[in-house]
Amino acid sequence: MAYVALADRDHEQHLHDPQTFVTKYIWSQDHKVIAIQYSLTAIAVGLVALGLSLIMRLQLGFPDTFSFISPDEYYQAITMHGMIMVIYLLTALLLGGFGNYLIPLMCGARDMVFPFMNMVSYWVYLLSVIVLCASFFISGGPTGAGWTLYPPQVILPGTPGNNGGIVLMLLSLVLFIVAFTMGGLNYVTTVLQARCRGMTLMRMPLSVWGIFVATILGLLAFPALLVTGIMLLLDSVLGTSFFMPALLSMGEVSEHSGGSPILFQHLFWFFGHPEVYIVALPAFGVISDLVAVHARKNIFGYRMMVWAILAIGIISFIVWAHHMYVSGMNPYFGFFFATTTLIIAIPTALKVYNWVLTLWRGDIHLTVPMLFVIGFIFTFINGGITGLFLGNVAVDMPLSDTYFVIGHFHMVMGVSPILVIFGAIYHWYPKITGRMLNDRLGRIHFWLTLFGTYAIYLPMHYLGILGLPRRYYAMGDTSFIPDSAQAMNAGISIAAFFVAAVQLIFLFNLFWSRTRGKPSGGNPWKATTLEWQTPQTPPVHGNWGPDLPVVYRWAYDFSVPGASQDYIPQTMAPEDVPTDPGSSYDGGEGEHS
Amino acid sequence: MNLLRKITAKPWEHAGEMEGLHGEYIAAHSAGRTGLFMFLAVISSMFLLFMISYYTRSRFPDWEILADPGILWLNTGVLVLASVALQMASNAARRKAMVSMRNSLFAGALLTLLFIAGQLVAWNQLVEAGFYAWGNPAIAFFYLFTGLHALHLVGGMWFLGRLGFSMRQENKRERIRHSVTLCATYWHYLLLVWLVLFALLLKT
Repeated sequence: MAYVALADRDHEQHLHDPQTFVTKYIWSQDHKVIAIQYSLTAIAVGLVALGLSLIMRLQLGFPDTFSFISPDEYYQAITMHGMIMVIYLLTALLLGGFGNYLIPLMCGARDMVFPFMNMVSYWVYLLSVIVLCASFFISGGPTGAGWTLYPPQVILPGTPGNNGGIVLMLLSLVLFIVAFTMGGLNYVTTVLQARCRGMTLMRMPLSVWGIFVATILGLLAFPALLVTGIMLLLDSVLGTSFFMPALLSMGEVSEHSGGSPILFQHLFWFFGHPEVYIVALPAFGVISDLVAVHARKNIFGYRMMVWAILAIGIISFIVWAHHMYVSGMNPYFGFFFATTTLIIAIPTALKVYNWVLTLWRGDIHLTVPMLFVIGFIFTFINGGITGLFLGNVAVDMPLSDTYFVIGHFHMVMGVSPILVIFGAIYHWYPKITGRMLNDRLGRIHFWLTLFGTYAIYLPMHYLGILGLPRRYYAMGDTSFIPDSAQAMNAGISIAAFFVAAVQLIFLFNLFWSRTRGKPSGGNPWKATTLEWQTPQTPPVHGNWGPDLPVVYRWAYDFSVPGASQDYIPQTMAPEDVPTDPGSSYDGGEGEHS
Repeated sequence: MNLLRKITAKPWEHAGEMEGLHGEYIAAHSAGRTGLFMFLAVISSMFLLFMISYYTRSRFPDWEILADPGILWLNTGVLVLASVALQMASNAARRKAMVSMRNSLFAGALLTLLFIAGQLVAWNQLVEAGFYAWGNPAIAFFYLFTGLHALHLVGGMWFLGRLGFSMRQENKRERIRHSVTLCATYWHYLLLVWLVLFALLLKT
């Protein structure tokens, strides 16, 4: 069969050719516009979650000072903060935002293979955000059960938002999963079916690999949250007893009987742990590409990096119960889950070694994206190592539900991916807008954010070892907690406000550079991957002009000996590669490793 | 093994055009087919987790075995016939026999509607007998399973309806024929899911 790229077929192109302002920018089926819609919505709702964390820090740092923060409002703030950050910001931004923007461009496609479904995916996502935020405005407010929504507490009287709030939260999650499924089917199918000629699986950049495997994880793991959400919704609205046990609530026998809260926890964490890697794998991929471009060196151990992504993806489905050691389980189960947790550290550590080995003797350019890369590697190692502590049953028991856990997961799943997202935005902003972000503001933003976040989360490990419990509105007169712990909490709060304020620099840079930034040209970082080889910057609808690109090499031909420039784009044929005089390099047609 | 060979390739060793490699791949698998199989994987994950929940919950002492309504046997037969009709439509699509395809699709759609109506009758019988969702977890699961399964069929019906409307457009015929084969796969899959769910409901 003659080669016809899928997105190039007449009917596909005809279907989503934008004609008006509305179809171009609002009901758009262009993956780049949808990516920006996803990203802006995720950032907007992320700012709400940031605001909520400041409410928490006000209370924790300065208890008995702010009368407008009641216990109910505190619990609602922590719940909404957690859920928004994990699902509606990180998942949506990394997959809906970066996935949408990068997959077709990096694979050499004109668009996603199901553009209409892609568009609907965004609008359903937006609807899920609106439904979630609507709970701020209903009687009783949003749910305050903690982001894990554990029954029976979540729907019992006394828990804030136990009527309307939890219903809206669950409806919103169901909508989010529907949106994610529509988007996810697109990402996976586009990677499998719409790669341009020559783009074999092992020539794909690691960003695409990370997003691809994370999407498969999401498609298989989000159903667990869907199942959990539907059954909890029925327990809440119809009075069924899937999860709700028989109990006395406020002196009265509840209408429920026989349900299993532990079943809920298993189902929730069967989604919850892969969710960590749904966020982490795209971040790993992006970091791999950024580190290669800005160190002008091919990624160390490309195949190992791909295999590690696949291994992490598979193992991530058999570690979930390490979140439940204190819930009680058969000791053999505990042993099994502790072992798998330690095993998953192997491919993860392999990736860290490979990033460091890529930097080793590289031509490191300390650009703003590279600063974020290095910040990420440090932070991820910190968060990863504390994860080894918590993965062990005996060590986890005393540390469970303390500030140590908060410090751990914010390092590994909060700060790390956020640093990647910042690095990625500084890296790809020139392609998206045609202008560079301001470099000086970027450096200020990086250093203040990095030190600020360490000032927040490092002390939390110490507070955790002291035994300071998480999720408490106030510590009261707990005898084993010294006064110095409160002083440290106040310091953490000040650092949190500082870091939040620093993000205004980033937001200013984002909007200011859109019109005033230095024009970037098509490939300011001298990168090899396809998105930098588009005929126009920013790429126009259809991405590639009349002809799709043809790929001749892998994504990491940097500093190739004998080549006269330090990068060879994926689209450059061997015979076109400029070589040094006297060099025997043949453009890569023979072996050169 | 093909996949293993692909992911063990050493991409840095050889640069140059890989003639034909990708074109053959696209010819062998359509995007719609890949998308459908991924979607079936998602649905499988969901129903599997529901079934595990069902099994776990059924081991608790308050579980009461449900006497399933007899009409479910009849409904199962109707769904089998719907699946057969869809397969006939798929066969006709491959033969490019448009009239036969349209008639089989119509029969398949009618039988599916009949199945959904039959499930509603089963619900009605249970409600009239006083079995409400909050009464017992077995009954709650019954409503949940049958409802979600029917919802997936409704989604398929929506797609089938769209196909029906676009059937007169000459320039879309190849696409329609391809979509019909995908619909048949989806129906067979939902029949399989129903048979597993039905067996589970009968046993417990």
